[in-house]
Amino acid sequence: MTTTLTRRDFLKSTSAAVATAIVIGYSPRGTLAATSDGDSSLTPFVKIRTDGQIVVIVKHFEMGQGTTTGLPTLVAEELGIELDDIEVEFAPSNAKLYGNQLFGGAQGTGASTAMANSFMQYRKAGAAAREMLLSAAAKAWNVDSLTLDLSNGMIFGDSRKAPISEFVSAASTLEVPTDPRLKSPDTFRLIGNPNTSRRDNQPKINGSARFAMDVQLDNQLVAVVSRSPSFGGTVVSVDSTKARSVPGFVDAVILPAGNGVVVYADDTWAAFQARKAIEIEWDFSQAESRSSSELDSALLALVNTPPSFVAKQDHGLKETSRLIDRAAQTVEAEFFLPWLCHSPMEPLTCTIEPTTDGVKLHDGCQFTSGAHQVLAAVLQVPMEKIEINTLYAGGSFGRRATMTADYIVEAALAFALSDQSRPVKLVWSREDDLSGGAYRPAFAHKVRVGLDTDGRIIAWDHRIAGKPIFKGTPFEQAFVHNGVDHSSVEGVVDTLYGIPGQFVGLTDFKSAITVNWWRSVGHSHTAFVMESMMDILAKASGQDPVAWRLDHLSGDSKDQQRLAGVLRLVAEKSGWNRPSVPGRTRGVAAHKSFGTYAAQVVEISRDTMDSVKIEKVVCAVDCGMAVNPDIVKAQIEGGIGYGIGHVMRNEITFENGSVMQSNYPNYHPLRISDIGAIEVHIMDSRESPTGIGEPGVPPSGPALANAIAVDGLRVTRLPMVSNGVRFA
Amino acid sequence: MLLKLNVNGQKVEVEAIEGMPLLWVLRDKLKLTGTKYGCGVASCGACTVHVDGVPVRSCVMSSENLADAEITTIEGLSSKVGLAVQQAWAEHNVVQCGYCQSGQIMSAAGLLAANPKPNVSEIETQMSGNVCRCATYQRIRAAVMRASEILQEENQ
Repeated sequence: MTTTLTRRDFLKSTSAAVATAIVIGYSPRGTLAATSDGDSSLTPFVKIRTDGQIVVIVKHFEMGQGTTTGLPTLVAEELGIELDDIEVEFAPSNAKLYGNQLFGGAQGTGASTAMANSFMQYRKAGAAAREMLLSAAAKAWNVDSLTLDLSNGMIFGDSRKAPISEFVSAASTLEVPTDPRLKSPDTFRLIGNPNTSRRDNQPKINGSARFAMDVQLDNQLVAVVSRSPSFGGTVVSVDSTKARSVPGFVDAVILPAGNGVVVYADDTWAAFQARKAIEIEWDFSQAESRSSSELDSALLALVNTPPSFVAKQDHGLKETSRLIDRAAQTVEAEFFLPWLCHSPMEPLTCTIEPTTDGVKLHDGCQFTSGAHQVLAAVLQVPMEKIEINTLYAGGSFGRRATMTADYIVEAALAFALSDQSRPVKLVWSREDDLSGGAYRPAFAHKVRVGLDTDGRIIAWDHRIAGKPIFKGTPFEQAFVHNGVDHSSVEGVVDTLYGIPGQFVGLTDFKSAITVNWWRSVGHSHTAFVMESMMDILAKASGQDPVAWRLDHLSGDSKDQQRLAGVLRLVAEKSGWNRPSVPGRTRGVAAHKSFGTYAAQVVEISRDTMDSVKIEKVVCAVDCGMAVNPDIVKAQIEGGIGYGIGHVMRNEITFENGSVMQSNYPNYHPLRISDIGAIEVHIMDSRESPTGIGEPGVPPSGPALANAIAVDGLRVTRLPMVSNGVRFA
Repeated sequence: MLLKLNVNGQKVEVEAIEGMPLLWVLRDKLKLTGTKYGCGVASCGACTVHVDGVPVRSCVMSSENLADAEITTIEGLSSKVGLAVQQAWAEHNVVQCGYCQSGQIMSAAGLLAANPKPNVSEIETQMSGNVCRCATYQRIRAAVMRASEILQEENQ
């Protein structure tokens, strides 16, 4: 074989066969194994076709967080090929093979775990493939494999070179190395390279990327659901007479639990029109009937009564109270953080297609194992007769993975209630999205802190109330202990600050309003409270907010040092120790979540009308080794926008149990003119990669609140626009 | 009703129910799914297409009386401006989830066709109708500037 081939050419140069020749992965026993036919007892991450084409099987769905770039990068790095020469396929549903090591083996994406749980798996798979190809070449050329090298898809010997495709079939017969040699980080070309572009750029730029909303199967039905206007209502009767005059309307059927009516039509527009024409009588006797004013007061009352559960206590409640009562200075604040909707850009949707003896789900599938199980249960189809086709997801922020797999159950029911001869595509409108629940629960916090005469913290009494996310779900056992749902208190009970005498009490809020994890979960409210409090306390003790935080991070633990590290870096990069530009104020916040440390400085200005403009956000982040620094930056930029946008303007409110927000005109999304420059600095690190999708969110809101508070107004009730702040 | 349309340079005839907005004709009838549904009330811009070169929100655009108009969707965007925008989008790795990006690109291409050298405030005004829940805004700003630069380089 000659050597004048380009990188792409070598892929096409030899055999035209397309059958998979080698599949590298891990067997369920954890050892590496290879097969020539994709044996299902393996975990195939890397396929090499006989024509040399490398295919990386990505086990995490792509919602924009970069898995289809990051995971193939790990393989490309170890295998010695270019990222552009890799094809990517999403993994089929098979938890045994593609389970998330940080989800107890269930297959799914979330909690910012994709890179953390894939880092070694995918590197090892790439390294094993490399060693096998080198061994096959060494045998063919009758040389020692240590004299060979593999790069750019070519194997190089002392006097010759050849494309890897020549050795694929020989390599497939070799034993898979159990402990392949990994590259030293010093020699990484792709991992940590700031110039590595996203692999999903082109399809998302030219319109060819296929999202679940884009599924157009022959003869498909579109199903929309008319749901109870208030949570917990049930259907008494339905009259579809008027819908019959909508061309394309097919049928309307009450869901078995009575929680809605499925409306079928030949296309989306017809389904929306028919739904409007359907008349439903509801029974609201078990439904949420309160309005926001009552809900908010009820929630706030819970932090002013003895807590139901103790989440943490250095001293008992009585002793904590005694210490605070006797303190030289007492600082007290009450916070309210509203219900929030995820509202991903692509509204919820999925399609169920009948197959010869089962079904195929087309979905931007976030929690694959959950979807698979509910389909089997609802449709009474054996697991092995269900196929899941994962498509790009138009954002999620937590919404596509719920405890109940809500929209997938709806789709399954809609399919089951049809004659099952046609594929059924379930579509949520934006109005459905905003009123459809699974919200970030509203939370109330009340914090009382006692300071001594030197301004040092003596004791910290922290009460939290909100509807728990995990209680009453299949995950309760893992996340709820002694009545405390960890997601209600994370970020407070495990604060990295050295706070003596901390008491944390929790009371659950009861409501039929459905709740879910929302980008950064508990940290989305706890960081706001903790970081607002740290600023309030710094002021009370007459200290600079950065210096005050560093004082409480002075221990030897790696945790404290890493959080202090990003604080120092953000202070340096934002020029914290220099006076701020005249007319501008700055606020700082720092928080650890999902294994990652983030500190941010928000700089604001005010116009003559006192309207706030966010001029600049500087962030320092320590997420261990940044596999793709540009994607790390993008995730932080996006996290800041998501966090700040909601703190500025968003809340879901209720009137007599009904959601008052219907579409973007009254659930204002962040827009391009809302934030100026965002600058992200990544801490150089050799630590294992940690989460990046969520950790940008928690500090952004409190950093903004702290910047606003410099001129007086301390916002303790969100969103800011409803509580005294105007934005330019 | 029978609609006569000119989409991406091709004349098509399509049967659709009365009142079906252009968005749903493109997506459900012509299977041109690059144009996205985001809100249905012209509030997010994901459905942006060009009608005679001008960006419009197809979710509220009537499909009737368009027989003489040239409709361009993301799939048919091939103007010099459009290609410059797409190149700039790739250079800046703008996309995350990508769902809004067809609309962002159509809006940006419309802006640059009318105003090849926009300043930041003009970019923000034009692009403020396009929502990105991933908040890729600062890259969008940079990419529109870059596209403008590419066009100027090409004209030299």
